[in-house]
Amino acid sequence: MSSGTLWAVVVVGSLGCYLLKLAGLSVPAAWVERPWVTRVVTFVPAALLAALVAVQTLTSGQGLVVDGRLAGLAVAALALALRAPFIVVLVLAGATGALVHLLTT
Amino acid sequence: MSRSARAVVLRDAIGLGVAVGLYGVAFGAAADAAGLDPWQALATSLLMFTGASQFAMVGVLGAGGSGPAAIGSALLLGTRNTVYGVRLAPLLAPRGLLRRLGLAQWVIDETTALAVAAPDRGLARLGFLAGGATIYAVWNATTLVGALGAAALGETAQAALDAVVPAAFLALLWPRLRAGAEEPAVARRVALGGAAVALALTPFVPAGVQVVAAVVAVALAGRPRPDRREAA
Repeated sequence: MSSGTLWAVVVVGSLGCYLLKLAGLSVPAAWVERPWVTRVVTFVPAALLAALVAVQTLTSGQGLVVDGRLAGLAVAALALALRAPFIVVLVLAGATGALVHLLTT
Repeated sequence: MSRSARAVVLRDAIGLGVAVGLYGVAFGAAADAAGLDPWQALATSLLMFTGASQFAMVGVLGAGGSGPAAIGSALLLGTRNTVYGVRLAPLLAPRGLLRRLGLAQWVIDETTALAVAAPDRGLARLGFLAGGATIYAVWNATTLVGALGAAALGETAQAALDAVVPAAFLALLWPRLRAGAEEPAVARRVALGGAAVALALTPFVPAGVQVVAAVVAVALAGRPRPDRREAA
């Protein structure tokens, strides 16, 4: 693929992604203030965050993969249950992931 | 808003921003492998600025996919940000077209998570702006680093990065499930449902789509029913 074509892909793709973001912010407020909509959106973040946790922990491309990320997540959950600060949770998870990698290769 | 609440939101936003932003190294390396030059990689992070879409685009290009297919996959994953925008609009309440045009670029997974996790609207805006600024700066800097040759990033460092990001999302999810949150039992069921649907769909849909599908499935499961509408 030529450099010019790649630039076109980058620019057109980026413009499209930007317009998708803008569209969401531009929906009239009345639409999102309906009771059932507010009820749904109250719980959308939990579904979203949990889906992201699951996908980023257990998948690689199309496959389900168990690796150091799951150990890191378990350590993070333990740290959260013990009310550790956010940064500590992240450092512990990262260290666990690195440790599992060193032990398994 | 209290000073300590602001400090907590700022710390979380910057912490998540740095952790997620470091992933730009991986994107830069992936873009390089797909045949983009460093300027094209940087332009993608500056202009597209939505990680899953960026990875999808270079993934399709790297696998030999066509330009339209690469754009299509990026847009497919980008629809998630439209849903986030609807959620964020009342929190951010952008006044005027220019402000809305500016805020829109930072509507992504992480800034949405930060904003909706904040206890009030003022703190939601603070979390969104601090998180957006941090991620934007770090993500673009590390994209350039990755594109310029950090493809040789050590495997151990990569393994650490891989473990940090899901932990960051879990940290944001945690308070919503804990006693004292709004209907924590419902939130726990919703979270389990979202995770289960996303994992179940992973082998069958393009990477990233399962997250959107999980949110849609859970939202449909919670749609209003005639017998409940009377009570509400």
